[in-house]
Amino acid sequence: MNESLSDTREQIIQGLRQIVPASAQVSGTTHIMRDLNLDSLAVMDFMLTLEDRFDIVISLEKVAEVETLDDLVSVVDQLRARKLKS
Amino acid sequence: MSILNKFAPLRQTYDQLRAVGQNPFEMVFEQMFSPTEGLHNGRRTILLGTNNYLGLTFDQDCIDASVEVLKAQGTGTTGSRIANGSYGGHRQLETDLAKYFNRKHCMVFSTGYQANLGMLSTLAGKGDYLLLDSDSHASIYDGARLGHAEVVRFRHNDPDDLAKRLKRLSGEPGAKLVVVEGIYSMLGDAAPLKEIAAVKREMGAWLMVDEAHSLGVLGDNGRGLSESAGVEADVDFVIGTFSKSLGSVGGFCVSDLEGFDVLRVGCRPYMFTASLPPSVMTSTITALRRLQESPELRTKLHANGNRLYNGLKDLGFKLGPQPNPIVSVSLEDPMLAVTFWNRLLEGGVYLNLALPPATPTNAPLLRSSVSAAHTFEQIDRVVQLFETVGRQLGVLPALPPMRRAKPATGSGVFPANAELDRAIAVGAR
Repeated sequence: MNESLSDTREQIIQGLRQIVPASAQVSGTTHIMRDLNLDSLAVMDFMLTLEDRFDIVISLEKVAEVETLDDLVSVVDQLRARKLKS
Repeated sequence: MSILNKFAPLRQTYDQLRAVGQNPFEMVFEQMFSPTEGLHNGRRTILLGTNNYLGLTFDQDCIDASVEVLKAQGTGTTGSRIANGSYGGHRQLETDLAKYFNRKHCMVFSTGYQANLGMLSTLAGKGDYLLLDSDSHASIYDGARLGHAEVVRFRHNDPDDLAKRLKRLSGEPGAKLVVVEGIYSMLGDAAPLKEIAAVKREMGAWLMVDEAHSLGVLGDNGRGLSESAGVEADVDFVIGTFSKSLGSVGGFCVSDLEGFDVLRVGCRPYMFTASLPPSVMTSTITALRRLQESPELRTKLHANGNRLYNGLKDLGFKLGPQPNPIVSVSLEDPMLAVTFWNRLLEGGVYLNLALPPATPTNAPLLRSSVSAAHTFEQIDRVVQLFETVGRQLGVLPALPPMRRAKPATGSGVFPANAELDRAIAVGAR
């Protein structure tokens, strides 16, 4: 992974912690909707905060690819890398 | 394993609703008496969830014109306009709508849902961007899904948030189409359209406004929020429906865009569906005329909306941010909302129950839409019933003993207070 993107996972987990109970276990294989009990609207709203946090655009098509935390980190990393190149 | 297994959680919610009482999504009215009263389970019920803003479903001119055309031209077109051809009514309706909106072009669709499905999926193609208000109606999200554009949401009614997202896309070559609604259907809040239009101009985007709930409701001539905000020139596409203030069924898009007519052979939800029956088009044409010649309907509509909004607000209910013909009471808990809704129905009032996640604030809503055809007496009865049920369910504080002893005065559609309490108590079992 590009060194400048190494904080992606940590920042996403920090963001998630603000919308799920403190007791919730979050790991790479955590299924964001099912395991964290978030509905589709909550996930889409969370994406708005990630867009602002990383100054990227996460289209709904990208959101649809995401099931686990690892998926989300991968999508955000790609978008951040693309932004750095541009 | 059934192909329906994936719906197990939905089934559970559906069954829970049935267990509380009447299922709000299975309502049947045996008869309609007027735009504001129907028969449900043998009981006359005030209709407060029909979006029949101007009450034109029973307008005599609309009915007479429609019946005449029904007899002369038959019950349906039995196919699409590209295959079966257009009737004179299709073109007349499009001409009348274009003229009313002062636009060059109009396309009529078979429903309002299809108008959004068709326009969003066709206008924004691969490499383009759709920027949707996060509280957009399902038809807008579905239209976006049907097409090949990238779909980006911005925070509800937040022009700065829209500007921020458009700036992030400024290096991308595709067209950017911003989609907002005149009045949002769940809470009745209007878009800050003047500010959104300014962002659109500054960033060089296109702007589409869905005036489904604001046509006939806002603006000196009823042309919706675009008119009342004074930004019609900035709005590239106006979407609307016939199934609310115009009292029939169908949808449309009007625009000044050069070459707009090519969409008639490029827009699949327009091309591959049966066109509107001639009688429906005639009632819509007549309703559009009635909308223009009867501004007093709009005045009455707003008086009714304000009366309901202020009545419920004074009681202490939590409402949407501004008075409009859509008035929604926000409650804390979904099952409380279901019980409240059932008791209103048992008391003789039908409105819409909206449950999360289909609500913008993640709180359940009791959603009303008033009509110009409601009487003040009906509105007052509704407020009275809300108070009674609200106090019974602890949503409002209990009254001091003096006020509780007030004699019953109910009449008409509603029983007197004592009878009302009994009727509601039956539902509470």
